[in-house]
Amino acid sequence: MRNAARKIYITLIFIFLYAPIVTLMFLSFNASKSRAKWGGFTLKWYKQLFQNAEILQALWNTLAIALLSSLIATVIGTVACLAMQYMKKRNRTIIMGITNIPMLNAEIVTGISLMLLFIVLGMKFGFLTILLAHITFNIPYVILSVQPRMKQLNPSTYEAALDLGATQLQAFFKVTFPDILPGILSGFLMAFTMSLDDFIITHFTKGPGIDTLSTKIYTEVKKGIKPEMYALSTIIFVVVLLLLLLVNHTPREKSAK
Amino acid sequence: MKKLIALGLCTCMTAALLSGCGSANKYPNGKVYVYNWGEYIDPETLDMFEKETGIQVIYDEFDTNETMYPKVEAGASNYDVVCPSDYMIQKMIDNDLLQELNWDNIPNAKANIGAQYYEHSEAFDPGNRYAVPYCWGTVGILYNKTMVDEPVTSWSILWDEKYADSILMQDSVRDLFMVGLKSLGYSMNSTDEKELNEAKDLLIQQKPLVQAYVIDQVRDKMIGNEAALGVIYSGEAIFTQRENPDLEYVIPKEGTNVWIDSWVIPKNAENVENAEKFIDFMCRGDIALLNFDYITYSTPNTAAQALIEDDDIRNSKIAFPDLSQYDGLETFSYLGDDADALYNDLWKEIKSK
Repeated sequence: MRNAARKIYITLIFIFLYAPIVTLMFLSFNASKSRAKWGGFTLKWYKQLFQNAEILQALWNTLAIALLSSLIATVIGTVACLAMQYMKKRNRTIIMGITNIPMLNAEIVTGISLMLLFIVLGMKFGFLTILLAHITFNIPYVILSVQPRMKQLNPSTYEAALDLGATQLQAFFKVTFPDILPGILSGFLMAFTMSLDDFIITHFTKGPGIDTLSTKIYTEVKKGIKPEMYALSTIIFVVVLLLLLLVNHTPREKSAK
Repeated sequence: MKKLIALGLCTCMTAALLSGCGSANKYPNGKVYVYNWGEYIDPETLDMFEKETGIQVIYDEFDTNETMYPKVEAGASNYDVVCPSDYMIQKMIDNDLLQELNWDNIPNAKANIGAQYYEHSEAFDPGNRYAVPYCWGTVGILYNKTMVDEPVTSWSILWDEKYADSILMQDSVRDLFMVGLKSLGYSMNSTDEKELNEAKDLLIQQKPLVQAYVIDQVRDKMIGNEAALGVIYSGEAIFTQRENPDLEYVIPKEGTNVWIDSWVIPKNAENVENAEKFIDFMCRGDIALLNFDYITYSTPNTAAQALIEDDDIRNSKIAFPDLSQYDGLETFSYLGDDADALYNDLWKEIKSK
């Protein structure tokens, strides 16, 4: 009885989570532009998608910015956590407080304030400004992911490594790094997701001619979103699903051997 | 191994990214920065402009007037040509963000754009000094002929209890109040507290009959026969009629909003000459026709209207209504911060009931 109830519950949750995506996938094959009518099965949106240079450029920009900003933010965030380990409690609390501000802030505040900062500094708006903005709001997420792992570390292992003859860098990479790696990875993934997702900060810090997927989609709201976007979203979903399946399959095989 | 692959991918991506910046000499005559609504221009016209003039178009898009305004005001990127809506142009003029146009440099603008559109533009651009109309339209009632068997002539039909839960209203402050004020016979630019409160009470009365307050969802809902009546923009009406031939669009007798999106040149524009060439190009009959076919919103360009091949569309009462036939046609003015605040407060009251 309880088993059946559990299965029903899980199914309902999955339906709730994935119904919108499945609808989207259906509509990407819909010949009619309207969401209310089914006009016949077609692959023309997929064809038009690959011929649309603007959308492909926006996709490229989105992925590049997400990857670069999360990589750099991860490095900065990890180093920051390391430093915080050795700070006095009071300084650590202050830094944590400052770190939390971008997360608690409304994104529009972050976006407009970064825009004004770049104007004051006389920077030309373009790819670089978006990248800097994304790194800025990504760092807190990395710190938040790495901090707990750092706290759990036994400080003596690092010192033991030093005693045994390792240089500081060697000790870090061979002893500390593997221990906090899960935290770093989850921080990286979080930063990547937040960057992919972002609209308002990107809108205010981008220059003319540069678009990410989110800004491209938002500008189509007044006239109605092009079905090429449904096709693109379907492709992204399927790719991510395949990647996740791959990643989750291989370790099991290895441990089974 | 995995790390090597990851590193290799990263370098490939950055290299490919950077390789895209070498095409400077295709465009000997400089650049023009254009800021326009999303999906509001035929991309082919941009290519044609670049080929004909040798000026590179750096194109940027926005989704609402309100997100466009802070970017232009802050001067983050100095746009040369922007396409705001009526009331927003007035706000920009009041805040000294626009420069007056030199009409001698844009001959197509005076020659091809109908005089009646300039007359309507005076509501937000007195003296026609700053703006060249690009797209325009009306707001009206879209109704389903199979669900409504009486003639639709007045805004008051949206209060008819026969259509309870089958009415769609616009989810935007000024558009909603426009319907309320017009049905009471007041101006939709009213700042009179008594009139606004009357409109607010009327809209609250209507609330139980409304199926939903929507923006662009009104299109799909009407096509899907989910509602009998909806307030909609004329540009969308043609599209919905094509998808669902049972739909009919009408401008009520009390009058309605005539909206106009126009090209303006901000004060901090760096390429004013190129901007003027761009606007002049867009006002050419053949170019305006291409844009009309792509956007499907009505064009104020009389030369383009004459070139439309399909008789139904050229003479369409929806796309090109004879504005002289209607009373009470108005265009939105910018009402100032205090009036805006009043409208917002009253709207919140309606939404919260």
